[in-house]
Amino acid sequence: MHNEPFEPRIVAFFCNWCTYTASDLTGISRLAYAPNVRVIRVMCSGRIDPQFVLKALRQGADGVLIGGCHPGDCHYQEGNYKCLRRIKLLKRMLAEMGLEDERVRLEWIAGSEGDKVQKVVNEMTEQIRRLGPLRLAPIPVPHELVEEELAMAGAEEA
Amino acid sequence: MSKPKVGFNWLASCGGCEEAIIDLNEKILDVVAAVDIVFWPCAMDFKKDDVRAMADGEMDVCFVNGAIRTSEEEEMAHLMRQKSKILIAFGSCSHMGGIPGMGNFFSKDSILKNSYQESPSTINLDGTFPQMETITPLGEVELPEFLEYVRTLNQVVDVDYYLPGCPPPVRLITEALGAILENKLPPKGTVLAPDKALCDECPRKETKPDKMEIAEFKRPYQIIVDSEKCLLGQGLMCLGPVTRAGCEGVCTKANMPCTGCQGPTSRVQDYGAKALSGFASILTSMEEKDVEAVLDSIVDPNGTFYRYSLPSSMMFKSLGA
Repeated sequence: MHNEPFEPRIVAFFCNWCTYTASDLTGISRLAYAPNVRVIRVMCSGRIDPQFVLKALRQGADGVLIGGCHPGDCHYQEGNYKCLRRIKLLKRMLAEMGLEDERVRLEWIAGSEGDKVQKVVNEMTEQIRRLGPLRLAPIPVPHELVEEELAMAGAEEA
Repeated sequence: MSKPKVGFNWLASCGGCEEAIIDLNEKILDVVAAVDIVFWPCAMDFKKDDVRAMADGEMDVCFVNGAIRTSEEEEMAHLMRQKSKILIAFGSCSHMGGIPGMGNFFSKDSILKNSYQESPSTINLDGTFPQMETITPLGEVELPEFLEYVRTLNQVVDVDYYLPGCPPPVRLITEALGAILENKLPPKGTVLAPDKALCDECPRKETKPDKMEIAEFKRPYQIIVDSEKCLLGQGLMCLGPVTRAGCEGVCTKANMPCTGCQGPTSRVQDYGAKALSGFASILTSMEEKDVEAVLDSIVDPNGTFYRYSLPSSMMFKSLGA
């Protein structure tokens, strides 16, 4: 592990109608892009709960990319606007908690913009490669106090 | 049959949870008639050695309030777990980290520095800093260690049930005691409160707009609050829609928007993320620059949405804290 170069892991949530279609087009057009991205298709960017983003980061993603339809083009009228407001607010909060801005990215990519998927994924992969792995503090789990600690506490009492 | 043995203990907390038990008023006489209180350092003269002397599992139920910040609190949490059959996390701090949990936005060093050196009201010419061991003319004295971060009770020991709230509402405490005495407790891990949103039992429910749309959030001092109408509908940041019911809207009845002390319902993993999601979605702004301006009206979003729950969130603490 020690000497292996760092390969960023990026979880991408792409909306079914625009960005996911675009990423299909990227493939059909034989435009290669960094294999660091794991795409999850959702019906709308408005479906992306900020909990999904946090869960991805918690479970080992170094970055999260969100792709939706351009403003005005949402298949469900205004899902992408909801997404915009949610992700902007989430990013404000995460920035305050010390997360680098580049780790969560929102992009509008229309079904015809296969080249944009290539550009965004490559760019983000490089940015995160420069930042290095995301190291969230592990969430503590219940544990037994080690015998020594208890013995010490007991001795202090005596 | 002998009466069930009950213990209460406080860790990193303000004492409000103890107050909530006192707020049982006359009902506390029924409680005392039905159970034996064997440990309650806030109200009665018991010492740690009394608990140490108990057999494992000797207490039938133990209510523990407060988060875990020091080594002493950690040790007491383990002791309470060892000596009781049922361990109940009592109140927001032991349930989700509570107000002390916001300490996880900062590093241990910056908290100590601010408290002992940098805050404007501090004059500390000798550079006194808390030490775990100090030699005094009367001998060596010890202080518990101030640990790296705040933990919830279930991040330190196994917890059986949770009584939410800051402090838990009297009705929920009474119901929990009843369930314990009648041996009608739900499955382990249950939060002993209704599993629906506060709006459902808020007296202002009828005045909730059919379509909730908010152009900009207001703070209570910025408007004259209508004491009948839905607070969120008036543009106040009322966390009722994302918060568990059970308090019967004690704050909203008093013109105070809900601050979310009861935590989320069972379907939500991360209270803050879910809350920000809900509030972002009811804003009306569409254009990017308008969105930024409107989000500016949410002052201190982390402190608002993670007020009681940072240690139980998926981030747990700030990076580098």
